[in-house]
Amino acid sequence: MTAVRASQAGGSLLLLAAAAMFPLVFTNAAVTNYGVYALIFVAAASAWNIFSGYSGYISLGHAVFFGSGAYLTGIATTDWHFTGSKVFLLLPLAGLLGAVLAVPFGLVALRVRRHTFVVITIAVFFIFQLMAYNLSVTGGTSGLLAPTVNYATATYNNPFYYAAFAIAVGTILLSWLVRRSRFGLQLRAIRDDEDRARGLGVHTMRVKLSAFVFSAIPVAMIGGVWWYYTTLVDPSSGFDPLFDVAIALMAFLGGLGTVAGPVLGALLIEPAYLYFQQQVSSGYIFLILYGALFLVVILLLPRGVIPTAGELLKKWRARQKNAGSPAGPGPPAGAVAAEVDRAREHA
Amino acid sequence: MSNFLQAVTDGILGGAVYALMAAGLTLIFGVLDIINIAQGILVVLAAYLSYDLTVHLHLDPLLGLLITIPVMFVLGVIIQWAFIRRLRGRERTAMSLLVSYAVAVIIEGALYAKFGSTPVTITSSYMNKTIHIFGFYLPYIYLIGFGLAVVALAGIYLMLYRTKFGRSIRATTQDMVAARLIGINVNRVAAITFGIGVAVTAAGGMVFGTINVFNPDSGYDLISRLLSIVILGGLGSIGGALVAAMFMVTAEEIVNIWQPTWATAVYYAVLVIVLVVKPTGLFGKQEVRAQ
Repeated sequence: MTAVRASQAGGSLLLLAAAAMFPLVFTNAAVTNYGVYALIFVAAASAWNIFSGYSGYISLGHAVFFGSGAYLTGIATTDWHFTGSKVFLLLPLAGLLGAVLAVPFGLVALRVRRHTFVVITIAVFFIFQLMAYNLSVTGGTSGLLAPTVNYATATYNNPFYYAAFAIAVGTILLSWLVRRSRFGLQLRAIRDDEDRARGLGVHTMRVKLSAFVFSAIPVAMIGGVWWYYTTLVDPSSGFDPLFDVAIALMAFLGGLGTVAGPVLGALLIEPAYLYFQQQVSSGYIFLILYGALFLVVILLLPRGVIPTAGELLKKWRARQKNAGSPAGPGPPAGAVAAEVDRAREHA
Repeated sequence: MSNFLQAVTDGILGGAVYALMAAGLTLIFGVLDIINIAQGILVVLAAYLSYDLTVHLHLDPLLGLLITIPVMFVLGVIIQWAFIRRLRGRERTAMSLLVSYAVAVIIEGALYAKFGSTPVTITSSYMNKTIHIFGFYLPYIYLIGFGLAVVALAGIYLMLYRTKFGRSIRATTQDMVAARLIGINVNRVAAITFGIGVAVTAAGGMVFGTINVFNPDSGYDLISRLLSIVILGGLGSIGGALVAAMFMVTAEEIVNIWQPTWATAVYYAVLVIVLVVKPTGLFGKQEVRAQ
């Protein structure tokens, strides 16, 4: 088992190094552009997964934190006349705002479960979008423009890349720590059976709310990076319903509730999304393709890539081990799981 | 004061139309335990169908319903059969949200491709006239919409409580396993219920498209309102949807008198406040809390 651990750690380090070297190897701005957006979504999907993946509460309101982080960075930059790399210093402030917003939001929304929770998050999302349209500090429909940066053209994307990279790595680390902690166990107990978890002494509200706050912070920070990179936030781009669904889809594709799943999902979907958007001239055909891809992913890979691949690997190992023995390894894990699912459905 | 009364009247009449669209959503939830995010764009699709019939065939929108209702019903059955039926297991709820969202995105793309993003509205000779009674100005379409909503909701109610099929729907709502055990074809019930839930968008869409200017983007605003109504009324309760819709739209209309920019926020604010006090919604059952 330690060998597996070591190879996992080695693989992660290798990937990390590769990601860190990426803009030094590929200096083409069109390529690093993909990198920046991919990392933005790696961070956002991983952060979303810390709450929704582990606790089973599907939030479609994380764009609240994304947009608020973007707006806060924008407002502070304008008011304090920040320019150049100094703007990145505002990101912790954006994270703080995310945390501060997540407390009342969570206290209200986490009182209800399942569908009702989803709808409350959507409702709060629309309240924020409406505020962005109507408050005076947000610049209304025209939004907030970022100051022009005088980075060298050849390496223009790099500061944004490394800012997003730092936040993404921090989020993945946080996700990993939560996953293997007692706190993460409590979250997953809530996902499996909240009432029983409470019966066993889990302070469910406290645990859920903490996870909600943890997951809001990186999303708000990455929102700030996004604003500075795209140079504009307006109510429909900062508070975008597509953002909520996109990060959920990324986590689902990769594997809900796993550490690597949302990362993989974001790395697969976001570049594909950007590529299609550039290639398909008509935005409408693009929407249809995107929806169709979405359906294929959910209907064919309902459990995500990572869990499915893990299961296949386990089955393959079991078969290798039992290759000589006459007694079969018993029904494969997948069949048992399917049986349990079927029974649950009838129960 | 007259402003206020006009707002209340508009709220009640307009609320009935929203109730009609929301009734489909809540019916689908009650039986299938899924939220159909595509309901908003389906209303817009139905509005476009009515629009197309009036523009190209010069058909009266009310007569057009004879075509659009069966079309939407069949579409609903197809969506359920092709996509929703396949969802199984624990993550079903979350999956159904994503699947119906994907369906909504595809429909949105198709509508853009066919009709473009220029906003349109359904017009006909009599619908945009107003009548003046008891000091109120009422557009005919509000009265027609109210009438359609009453007829459709009464129809759904009678079907649920006075027919054998309605009984099997209610049985499935209460306990799917028991329903299957006593010989109800649960899959058929699910498909037809989804069809009915989508078919009501035909009437809702026609009225919506006459009152409002719409384009394929209108689905987002609609679905968020419909979801608020359904949750406020209590998921699965058709009467609750009616009360909640009238309450929400009236509140919006009243705020609209002196604060037009914030009127929409009332919707969501009311929802949040009510759920803080009563997490199951106005008429919801306790089950809503069980995860």
